[in-house]
Amino acid sequence: MNYKAVIGLEVHVELKTKSKMFCGCSADYFTEKPNTHTCPVCLGLPGALPVPNKKAIDYCLMIGLALNCRIANFSKFDRKNYFYPDLAKGFQISQYDQPFCLDGVIELSNGKKIGITRVHMEEDTAKLTHQGDCSLIDFNRSGVPLVEIVTEPDFENTQEVVEYLKKLQRIVRFLNVSDADMEKGNMRLEPNISLRKAATRQLPRYKVEVKNINSFRFVEKAIAYELKRQEEILTDKALPSQETRGWDENKQKTVSQRIKEEAQDYRYFPEPDIPPLHFSETQILNLKSQMPETPSATFARFKANYNLNEYYTEILTREKSLANFFEETVRIGKKHKLNPKQIANFLINKNVDINSFLPAKLVQTILNSRQEEQIDVIEMERIIGKVLKENEKAVNDYKNGKQNAIMFLLGQVMRTTKQKLNAKEVKEKLEKILAQ
Amino acid sequence: MNLNQLTIRQAKDGLKTKKFSSVELTQDCLKQIKKFNPLLNSFITITEKGALESAVKADKLISGKQNLPLLGIPVALKDLFSTKGIKTTAAANVLRNYVPEYDATVVKKIKDAGAVILGKTNLDAWAHGSSGENSDFGPAKNPWNTEYVPGGSSSGSAVSVASEMSLAATGTDTGGSIRLPASFNNLVGLKPTYGRVSRFGIIAMSSSLDSIGHLTKTVEDNALFFGITAGSDKFDATTLPDLTENFTKNLNTGVSGLKIGIPKEFLASGLDSQVKAKFEAAVKTFENLGAKITGVSLPHTDYGIAAYYIIQPSEVSSNLARYDGIRYGLYRSYFGDEAKRRIMLGTYTLSSGYYDAYYKKAMEVRTLIKNDFTQVFQKVDALISPVCPTPPWKLGEKANDPLRMYLSDALTVTVNIAGIPSLSVPAGFSADNLPIGIQIMGRQLSESLLFQIGNAFERQTLYYKQKPNL
Repeated sequence: MNYKAVIGLEVHVELKTKSKMFCGCSADYFTEKPNTHTCPVCLGLPGALPVPNKKAIDYCLMIGLALNCRIANFSKFDRKNYFYPDLAKGFQISQYDQPFCLDGVIELSNGKKIGITRVHMEEDTAKLTHQGDCSLIDFNRSGVPLVEIVTEPDFENTQEVVEYLKKLQRIVRFLNVSDADMEKGNMRLEPNISLRKAATRQLPRYKVEVKNINSFRFVEKAIAYELKRQEEILTDKALPSQETRGWDENKQKTVSQRIKEEAQDYRYFPEPDIPPLHFSETQILNLKSQMPETPSATFARFKANYNLNEYYTEILTREKSLANFFEETVRIGKKHKLNPKQIANFLINKNVDINSFLPAKLVQTILNSRQEEQIDVIEMERIIGKVLKENEKAVNDYKNGKQNAIMFLLGQVMRTTKQKLNAKEVKEKLEKILAQ
Repeated sequence: MNLNQLTIRQAKDGLKTKKFSSVELTQDCLKQIKKFNPLLNSFITITEKGALESAVKADKLISGKQNLPLLGIPVALKDLFSTKGIKTTAAANVLRNYVPEYDATVVKKIKDAGAVILGKTNLDAWAHGSSGENSDFGPAKNPWNTEYVPGGSSSGSAVSVASEMSLAATGTDTGGSIRLPASFNNLVGLKPTYGRVSRFGIIAMSSSLDSIGHLTKTVEDNALFFGITAGSDKFDATTLPDLTENFTKNLNTGVSGLKIGIPKEFLASGLDSQVKAKFEAAVKTFENLGAKITGVSLPHTDYGIAAYYIIQPSEVSSNLARYDGIRYGLYRSYFGDEAKRRIMLGTYTLSSGYYDAYYKKAMEVRTLIKNDFTQVFQKVDALISPVCPTPPWKLGEKANDPLRMYLSDALTVTVNIAGIPSLSVPAGFSADNLPIGIQIMGRQLSESLLFQIGNAFERQTLYYKQKPNL
């Protein structure tokens, strides 16, 4: 291929704060009756004013910190002016030139660093439902806190994109700031895709944005489709249009939504209803100290503390619930002389469903399954000695070449002990002693 | 004397000593409204039933020895203040059928203080104007001479107090909209420090400039009313932290020894000779009262109107975007000319490629104007100047000349740009017996001092005792 893919990502993550971004309404709108979580503020009624949600700002900063961003010490909200029926005020409160978080980086497994341009805070819009020739507006979603995470155009293939997205999803889940549930629309993906000549580093003169994708698989397909489509156009010596497209899952292709020759003019200006924000060193340190551990920090700690291999560590730290479950099991298991490796082995190899087990119960299960091996060697030898003494005939039979006699002896040993023994192990032991 | 002619102070005393009831007081106000509203067009909505109900309730509370700061006092609200269940139009056709679901914070505070709401007053639509003529429901008339404008945008509020329909009325001041009508109607009008009174529930014109104040007959009434409206609000992120302050405490302290500055730029060319004469007389009065008068300079004053007419329309264009025809039933074609003009101006000044040359530049000028005031207030305690370069003008005189209309705010806008408080007080009458006012400006949060200075001047001059001949 003469071309190389240039891909950047914009990801919107809905925060799971109790209340909305600028009012006290519940932010939990999923499956709620339409227009029940509303007030003058999120309806944009005349005279209503936004008051920012501190928790949401903290959550946004935490995402920025987890993505290794620099936190601006001075920041502000801006108005993004445009008309759309789902936009109650005729503008969206967002951030323009001074976002909360800047210049982050995230490393992929191949060692490649993806630049995070910015992480900013904004509000979600209302939800439109189209029914025949009428459209309905549900304002329950209006004003739900939304964080936008923008990367540099650093991705060169779909694998990198998907790895990044999974990482990002994991981070916000570990921070417990969003469910990042794609199906519920908690996480929405917008790749910017273009192709550059393989020989140059120069960025292309166009950019195609694919809007609002809600699955990793669709993102993969949309990018693959776009790369092919754009390559065909470029091969024909034409330039793909600068435009916004959408992924049509039924047709398995992207479709043009809006051609934008120039950027739309949103007439951004500082939101006069919200004073500018200052973040002090101390505030950031404070926030850092209260922040849940990030996936990468958890990974590093697991590796250091539990002496596990990378493969196990990776699996155990993939989800916070599993990581927590493992640590709790280790804590309880310690009292029973179970080591982390034994627990990790069991958890991963037996594919334990952590939702149907309590850590203490798991420890018990591991102990039970391990009891076969746990019997004292001396005790076993004592029992074997006793059995051999009591069954001289069988011993002689065996020694005279009657191989089956050992099975009788084995049965006697197993019966004498109340514990479950590993038959294979006992048999080996028997053979060893009889050979002496 | 009818009860509606009383000041708040007098009415409070009379109610307390049972000389009359709130119902009687309210009825006198309603009588006056019925008699003169057809002529003066002061009210858009009259809430007679609700007012009488509140008055009955107030009388019961008074009998029960309840003591609330405005208990039983009839007041009017500019029709920009959201009132639950009462139409709130902004004097704009676009909102002519709009009934809010909630009360503005200030409305709630006034109600909680026991006031009787008489109705909603006329204004320039969306508060865009200096004369009251931009109302989509017809202009209010000046009770001193009904051929003249009452000043705007809080036109109906000023008229209702001046014509003794109400004892006090609320207003908003974005570039002079309280002080100008106060001065045109022989009233006391306060534009408070930005952030000292909640804007929540008041239909926004220009969010960074809008100040919520009121018009009264006397300085004492004004201070009393401010005690109710001032204070932080969890629904308005721009409100300042609470300062518990008794605004009437220093009313009688006088001005002896106070340093009062006269900004020379405010007396530059374009000032009407009658206004100048009244202002000079006022300066004399202050001197006689023992104040030290000094000339000072606010060098960036001349850029005030230019900066104001960029910042304000920019914010207007955004604040009016929600009236898009989807939610309030009436399309954008229902906007009046002035609103359309400001939407276009603001959209232009915020557009990419123009933002730096206009909006950003205006914000830089804003900083310079703020600094001017900060520096001057290191030298003086307060500033005085005329409110409007001219006395009230005739209805229609400037209606087709927006630029000339804009210039009537030349002496008031810089106060809004700087976010400082200013009190407009009566300073006499023109040859045609039309009121002329002066404003007293102070540093941030200096309202108490402004009341102190204003009250000393009022005691000496007693202009408030003169009433229009209706």
